[in-house]
Parts: sequence; C-alpha cells; structure tokens
Amino acid sequence: MPATSGFRAWLADHKWPLGYVAIIVCLFLLYQAILPNLIDEVSTPVTAWLPVATINECLMWAIMALGLNVVVGYAGLLDLGYVAFWALGGYTAGWLMAAPFNWTWDFQLFAPVAESYPGTHITFWLVILIAGCLCALLGVAIGAPTLRLRGDYLALVTLGFGEVITQFFRNSNDIDGYNVANGDAGIPIIDPIGLGPFGLIAGVPESLTNSGSDNIYKILVLGALLGLCLFVSLRIRGGRLGRAWLAIREDQLAATTMGVPLVRSKLLAYAVGAFFGGIGGVANAAGITGAVSPSGFDFGKSVLVLLMVVLGGMGNVWGVTIGAFLLAWLNSNGLRQIGVTIGAASGKNLEAALPRYNFLILGLLLVFMMLFRREGLLPEKRTKALLTTPSRIEMESVGAHIAEAEAKNRAIAESNPNVDAEIAGSAGAVSPDLEPPAAAESTNALKDPDQ
Amino acid sequence: MTALAVRGSRRQSAIRLRRVVERSLGLALLALAVIWLVWNLVADPTRFTGSVLIGLQNGLLYALVALGYTMVYGVIELINFAHGDLFMLATIVAAAIMVSVLSVKLVGAGAILPLLVALVGCMAFGAAVNVSAEFFAYRRLRSAPRLAPLMTAVGLSFVFRGIAQQDYVNGSAQKNWPIEWGGPIVEGVYLYKLLLVGAVTVPLLLGMTYIVTRMKMGKAMRAVAQDQDAARLVGINVNGTISFTFALGGALAGAAGVLYFLVQAQTYYDTGTQFGLIAFTAAVLGGIGNLTGAVVGGLAIGLIQSINEGGTHGLGSNWSQSVVFLILIVLMVLRPEGIFGRASTEKV
Repeated sequence: MPATSGFRAWLADHKWPLGYVAIIVCLFLLYQAILPNLIDEVSTPVTAWLPVATINECLMWAIMALGLNVVVGYAGLLDLGYVAFWALGGYTAGWLMAAPFNWTWDFQLFAPVAESYPGTHITFWLVILIAGCLCALLGVAIGAPTLRLRGDYLALVTLGFGEVITQFFRNSNDIDGYNVANGDAGIPIIDPIGLGPFGLIAGVPESLTNSGSDNIYKILVLGALLGLCLFVSLRIRGGRLGRAWLAIREDQLAATTMGVPLVRSKLLAYAVGAFFGGIGGVANAAGITGAVSPSGFDFGKSVLVLLMVVLGGMGNVWGVTIGAFLLAWLNSNGLRQIGVTIGAASGKNLEAALPRYNFLILGLLLVFMMLFRREGLLPEKRTKALLTTPSRIEMESVGAHIAEAEAKNRAIAESNPNVDAEIAGSAGAVSPDLEPPAAAESTNALKDPDQ
Repeated sequence: MTALAVRGSRRQSAIRLRRVVERSLGLALLALAVIWLVWNLVADPTRFTGSVLIGLQNGLLYALVALGYTMVYGVIELINFAHGDLFMLATIVAAAIMVSVLSVKLVGAGAILPLLVALVGCMAFGAAVNVSAEFFAYRRLRSAPRLAPLMTAVGLSFVFRGIAQQDYVNGSAQKNWPIEWGGPIVEGVYLYKLLLVGAVTVPLLLGMTYIVTRMKMGKAMRAVAQDQDAARLVGINVNGTISFTFALGGALAGAAGVLYFLVQAQTYYDTGTQFGLIAFTAAVLGGIGNLTGAVVGGLAIGLIQSINEGGTHGLGSNWSQSVVFLILIVLMVLRPEGIFGRASTEKV
C-alpha cells in the first residue's frame, strides 16, 4: 500500500505502542496531577478501588503472565513451576542490590545509595538484565532434560523443579555451612529503583522508595518494562521463532517433519519465558515488596500466573495482559474492596472475610473457564480452533464424517457471500485467467455439503 | 540394500547408544541408592531400623493414595491433581468424626468401633466427592485437549484447599488434635501405629487387587482403559465404569485420610499438595497405571524419605521434598514408564 501521508501511515503502523504509551501516561497523570485536585467524593473511591500500589502490582504480574504466555501460550509447554524464575529474579536483586546479610563484597555501580553503605549495590536496570540472563540459563537447565516429555508429565516435572528451587531458598541459610540467601528470614532491605539521569529533572525523585508519591513514578518504570515485554512478545510471535513455536504447539510431529528445530525452539521458549520471569522477579523485589523471602514463592503463585494466561486467552498478548490485570487486582485489592462494599450494604464486616476465599474463587474460576470458555476472555484465533475441535482420535471414534459435516455446516452458516465474492474478484485482478465464478453458482455449491 | 536402508540403520545405532547411556546412568543411580542404604545400615543399625519402621508406615499410606492416581490415570489418562487435596479433606472429616462426634482420645481396643465408623464414613465421603468431581467436571472434558482436564484438576485442588482453609472447616493454621497412643515403642516408633496402618491397608490393597483382576467390574475397567469405543461396542457402560474407578480411588484416599489423621494427630489445609505429589511420584516410580507398581513405589518412596530424614547419612527433613522431587524428575527423564511398566504397557 502506498503511504497516503507520512504522518498518518506512521500512526497506523504504530497503533498499539502509541495507545499503550497513552494509557500509561494517562494513568500516571491521573494519580500525579488529576486526583489530588479533585474533590474527595470523587478521589476517595478511585483510590480505594484502585490504589497506586495495586496498579504497580498489576503491571508486575502482567510481565510475569506475558513470560508464561511465551511458554504455555506460544509453545504449548505446560509449566507449573514458573514461580522458580520469579524467585530467582527476586533473589538476584537480593544478592546484587541489597543491604548485606553475609556479603563482604563492597561494590557500587550507579546505585541510588550513599557511598558509605556497605554491600553490593548495582543499579536496578543492570540487575534486571543479569537476573533475566540467570533465569534464562535456569530455564534452559530445566527445559533440557524435559524435552521429550509429553504435556502432563512435563507439567509435573516443572512443578517439581519449582518446589525444589523454593525449598533451596528456604534452606539457603545453611547450604553446606554457607549462608547463600539467608533462609526463611529472606533478604530484608533491597535498594529502591534508581532513575539515573531522569532524577536530575526537577520534581522527579532520584530513587523510588515505597512511599506514596514515589509509587506513582513506578507506574512509568514498570509500565516501560511491561511495554518492552509486550513489544518483544508481539514481535517474536510474528517472526521465524514465534511461528516455529506455534507449529510445535499445534502438532509437534508435523512441525519436526517440516524442519522446525524442535530442541532449539523449545529451549528458546523456556529461555525467553524465564527471562520475563526474571524481570518480574526483580521488579517485584525492588519495586513492590522491597524484600524477598521464600514464603512468597509457593505453588499457588505458579497457578495464579497460569490462571492469568488461561483467563485472558492463551497465546493472545492482549488477552493475557487483561487477564493479569483482572486477577492481580482481585488478588491484591479487589476482593477486599468488594467485601468492604458488600459489608457496608449488609452491615457486616466482610473486609477480611472475602480475601480468605481467594483460593476457592481462583479454583472455581479455573474450573469454569475450562468447562465453558476454554479459549479465554480474549481468545487467539488459532488457539480457539485448537481448543474447540475434538482431538483426532475422538473424531474417528464418533465418526469423522459427522464431525466434518458439522464443521462444514458451521462454516456455511458463518460464511459471508460478499467476502467470497471479494476474494474471487481480487483473484481475477491478479490474473485474468482466474475468472471470478458467478456468485449464485458458488453459493449453491456451498449450500450442499453432502452432495 | 538401498541407500535409504543404510541411512536408517545408521540412525538406529545412534538411538541405541543413547539407550545404553541412559540405562547405565540409571543403573549407576540405582547402585548409588543401594550403597547409600547399606551405608546407613552399617553406620547405625538401630537408627536404621527405626527409620525403616516409619518408612513402612508412611509408605503404606503413600501406596493407598498412589493407587487413586494410578487407577484414574490408567483408565482415562488424567493426572488427578485434586486427589491429594481430596485426601486432605478426608483427614479433616476423619478428625470431625472421631474426635468431635465420637470423642476418641486414646487409640486402643475401645477405639475399634469409632475407627470402623470413621473408615466407612471417610471412604464414602472420598468416593462421593471424587465421583461428583468426575461427573461435573472431567466427564465434560473427556474429548477436550489434555491440557483442559489437567487444569480443571488443578482448579479443583484449589477449591478443596479453599474449603479446608475456612475457619469453620479447619482454618489456615495447622490444627493439632488430642489423640494418644499406647503400646510399645521401638526406636521412637509406636508399634501400634504401624500395626493399625498395616491392618487397614493390606486388606484394602488385597481387596483392590481382587476387584481389578477377578471381578467383572475390574474386567470392564481394563477394557475401558484399553479402548473406550470397543468397550462400548461390547456392551460395557463406559461412564459407569469410569465413575466406579473414581469411586474406588476416592474411597482409598478416604481410608488413607483416617489413618494419616490417627498417626499424625493433626490436620492442615496444605497437607494434600505435598502428600499428593509424593504419592504421585510413588505411582510413577512403580509405573503409572500399574497397581502392584503403585504399592511397591509407595513403600520405596516412604523408605527413602524416612531414611533420608532419620538415617545417619541423610540430608534431613529440610530436604526431603527436594529428594522426592529429584527422584521424580530423574525418573521422568530416564525411565518414564517406571519400574514395572513397559513402554507400551497394558494399563491398570
């Protein structure tokens, strides 16, 4: 298509990045400039239902969900131990940017802490890269021995790895006599996110601690990280590697016979997913909790991230992001706030009662999603087809011709003669030999599937 | 011979080499395990005996739960993630029946009748919950891709945990019950505990074997495991058979729940996940889908775990989960068909 005007074409080409940046900037401005100037009747409910800290958590969980989406949604490898990467990311932050617990290596690199502060302090931005690479290595290490396993066995082995790694951190105060990661106590004080040159701008803090005003700036930082993950997810999917993943997900055997390198693609899926998990871990440790301890890294978190992916729609980046936002919000603030509201209406104190049902609610949600809307809220077209067509063996047993006839009837019911005519017309435009057939004739042929 | 055949034979040799490497690696690991056992035995025989007794006691319980996994997997190829949490719910029901309703304090001759009541109640409870889970959830997903029932099972396990976590059920903290045991104590092990577990478990296991190998329903189960459509063609009620399988598994989990509660005298909403995963490892160790394998695997895992925790040269209870999961991982990678399974084995 020739560009009609340079600017409009540029806009059309960058639809989602511009929209995304607009949303993040609007969110930032909402909390930074708009809300403080509004009357209390408007601003109080907004901050009660959607506090800044919750938005930051949502952004962090969306990074995690995008990472798992690469493994589960793109490559179709069910990973139930994803929490391992979150943990390793968090502990990398604990090792490289925290007050010392047993460390004697005094080293600072662009860190937003005083010169005299002991321990290793490396800037957040570098730690993200280091943690991502470490997690990618761990992902390959977990992925390599499991390459030959089928879906449900793979799920168990990854679950086992997740539990082993969590237990390693729980026992880490005494690994053969060494205190590797301070065991159950965890690593308490992790450096805030440093803003580097941006800190020189008037009004912008130099580093982002856990105070209310700094939390607002974290929307921009975490939003930028999430934007990066979105960009990578979308670009990688359309490329050679992404198409290889989709091929493996849909039919491993067919993919190998077509020359898709199975080992390399699967390992890269693990590596990329784990890289995102590492980013999420550092973002959580440095940006949200400000500390790491092994109690947070349980199997429930792996399932929570999986549920985000399933709820949003496996394989669809936007669906997964929305799923992550919804569930992270429910988990951190939503359930409590719903409890408060219902409690205010019924006169009972439900503020603490409803969050206690979150296991139950998450479990029921997962079951009902699987029963009634397996493809998720915002399904990816290809996943939808994959999840709703019966497996081939089942088709044979029911009678393949019945299933096929049903599919054909459905296609006819959904078909649009205008679109068919348009396609036929464009075929004629490409080559005069392909004369578009008469419209009436083609629809007749379609209407009689079992002729 | 054509060029194709030559190429084929060359590829075969590569695969064979891989098999040799894997087999020797597996044998080396097995030898290491045996050496470790002997080393523990030589270092401190009395301590070793105590660990073995505890291992037998836990191993029998693992075997009961592992049977539930292995039967369901054998018949419909589903890893029933919720099975461990069903077992956990059964421990809570057992506590309610035995302590709250029948007020048992000391396990002795007077507790036999309450024990029977609790066993029957919990087995019925386990069977009912498992069958309804199958009826409401898994049945609708039978033709769906395998990811769907697996995730449903994960969801159900969360539901069970969520129920147990409520204050009016068990609460989110560990709950200790005032249960006392009499009888002789050998190496820190209550012999009566082991006797009770054996006296309940062994008849159940024998009964299970009888049902599956001798009874008509067992024959139907094996037929459904092999080919559902063929089974339907010869007049077997496939849905009924699958429900029956779930009922058997649930009943065994219920019985295991009663025993676990009596032995440990505590209930906790998170028991099921760990216990279930260990039991599943046992099922895989024995060859999933294989009944004898599940029992042997359960005993083996129980022994390894207890010697690791109590033996002289063990890593201690801090690492026992990791040890079990590492066994699971190594097994899956080197020998996914387990000890007794063959690559294309007959299921159940």
